[in-house]
Amino acid sequence: MNQPETKPKMEFSENVTRRHLSGKVWRVLFLFSTFFGILALATLLLNIINQSSGYVIYKAKVDPVTLAVDGVPLKSQTKEQLMSVLQDNLSKGAYNKIDRDQPFAEQSRDDTYDLVITRIVKYEVETSWKLWDSLTKRGEIMQTAQTEYPNDLLRFNVWINPDFLRRPQSSDPVVAGVRTALLGSLWVIGITILVAFPLGVMAAIYLEEYAADNRLNRIIQTNINNLAGVPSIIYGILGLAIFVRTLEPFTSGTLFGITDPTTANGRTIMSAGLTLALLVLPLIIINAQEAIRAVPGSLRNASYGLGATKWQTVWSHVLPNAVPGILTGTILAISRALGETAPLVVIGASTVIFFDPENAFSKFTTLPIQIYQWTSRPQDEFRFLAAAAIIVLLALLLSLNATAVFLRNRFSRRY
Amino acid sequence: MAQPTNNEPDYILEAKNLDIFYGDFKAVTDVNMKIQRNKITAIIGPSGCGKSTLLRAFNRMNELVPGTHINGEIQFNGQNLYAPAVDPVEVRYRIGMVFQKPNPFPKSIYDNIAWGARIHGYIGNMDELVEYSLQQAALWDEVKDKLDQSGLALSGGQQQRLCIARALAVQPEVILMDEPASALDPIATLKIEELMQELKENYTIVIVTHNMQQAARASDYTAMMMLTDGESRSGTMIEYDETNIIFTRPSDKRTEDYVTGRFG
Repeated sequence: MNQPETKPKMEFSENVTRRHLSGKVWRVLFLFSTFFGILALATLLLNIINQSSGYVIYKAKVDPVTLAVDGVPLKSQTKEQLMSVLQDNLSKGAYNKIDRDQPFAEQSRDDTYDLVITRIVKYEVETSWKLWDSLTKRGEIMQTAQTEYPNDLLRFNVWINPDFLRRPQSSDPVVAGVRTALLGSLWVIGITILVAFPLGVMAAIYLEEYAADNRLNRIIQTNINNLAGVPSIIYGILGLAIFVRTLEPFTSGTLFGITDPTTANGRTIMSAGLTLALLVLPLIIINAQEAIRAVPGSLRNASYGLGATKWQTVWSHVLPNAVPGILTGTILAISRALGETAPLVVIGASTVIFFDPENAFSKFTTLPIQIYQWTSRPQDEFRFLAAAAIIVLLALLLSLNATAVFLRNRFSRRY
Repeated sequence: MAQPTNNEPDYILEAKNLDIFYGDFKAVTDVNMKIQRNKITAIIGPSGCGKSTLLRAFNRMNELVPGTHINGEIQFNGQNLYAPAVDPVEVRYRIGMVFQKPNPFPKSIYDNIAWGARIHGYIGNMDELVEYSLQQAALWDEVKDKLDQSGLALSGGQQQRLCIARALAVQPEVILMDEPASALDPIATLKIEELMQELKENYTIVIVTHNMQQAARASDYTAMMMLTDGESRSGTMIEYDETNIIFTRPSDKRTEDYVTGRFG
């Protein structure tokens, strides 16, 4: 060994305190970032909750008390009693028109009740308060109700309630519900899952396990990664061109003998589901690839070392160990599809639709579209409805994520 | 299959002028070695000299790494393993492997053994095969009451013996062991070595090891590998002989330095 000619000065500044200090500064920054995120989330949630319930003053055109039949109040009447109320209070022509449009024989008791409320009682919202005001200024509200609206009904209304989930969309905020949009969302997302999940997982298996590492496959891989970042409206335009226009005979259902005049133009659940499937396909592929890649090489070696073929290795060892990751990734991708609005607007989701979707070739609306439509209305009540619909959407997303966690825990339990 | 004559030793594997490449890089150069049936052959040498690469060439595991190829040939019972008509799946079925880190499947102990037999279409009594394989690997007594438990719940040494039992269950002729005891404590290591002595009655074992005592204790033949000098350093075999000769009077100075611990 050569001895260096000059030995460097062996002096160190005592800086332990300073090093600890810089660590503390960073820690405060991290804490602040976390706090900021939680604050933003809390503000959002509180704002939604604030709008989702509160005092409302209803003005009834006909006081429901006067509609009691044989002393039975309106709320607990049977369907037949409600029908007689309708018959007594509507003109014969109006009554028959209802029977033609929505035959009474097919209506449930609740449908008939809703008809009585919308056609006869005709509640109108006079004024309304948000939850915070309702709680803090209760006395004031009571007084306003007594002095300014002495004949009207003051009620604490929780906008998100079973009736809200049960009722179809309506132009009357008092009876408007979210059922149409909820069913539309479920139908669309169902088709998205059916198409995107198998295609995505199979593509991921091919890319990870079979594709050779050559230029073509690298280009494909890069493009898939880039597709995951393409704005969703672009997918909407793509869907409009391919599914709504080009494949119209298929997406409108005429190929299958469905000729509903209202579902012309291929602006159907099928088009929407397929478009969203295209949208989430890259996400599912990438997530599934990650999950497959995370399966340890030692496991593959063990399998190959026993003389297993590639397919036996993939099927018996790689896939079972990748399932939790694949499912988690898929459900996160589906959650994204559930919240998408822009592509569906382009596809032509109906903003106002009063009937439930009957099959995959029906007209439809979805929760985000419904929320968008309600928030753009001038009346306060629709904004409350939008808040309630947002809660429904969030609940749906949370339950999807809970499913992801459940599946992950279930499948990663290794004996 | 070549039958042993009276005096001729019976060779099961033979590498002829074997070069192994990772892409353009030549990892192993010009190896010639004959491996005797029902013996334990150890491959020793410093890190990075291509021991494991050579071992994995014997059952074509190297091919799982893209870009790997060989020159020369490896004969198994007189047949070239790298002939175009030979299916690597078949090769790995006849020549099993045990890895450095115990790698049981995340399945039950029973399924760890049964899976390999099942994929090869085993038609006998699976319970008997599982018991027989575990007995051969000297693990039966320790696990016979918990066959439905995860293979991952066992200790490291037990896991490695489970991996050996798993390899035995498909009835290979040769078992390749890539530093099978390097992750184990001395007691578990000793068990593996004792097991190898029992297994050589029925199987041929080739083992790569860093542990000189292990090679000296457990093997019948020892091959010494070393990097070549010069620009492109590549692993090659510098000496191959009976183990007691390698460890007592090696003919190559580098082998002597290495086995006596004077190297590097």
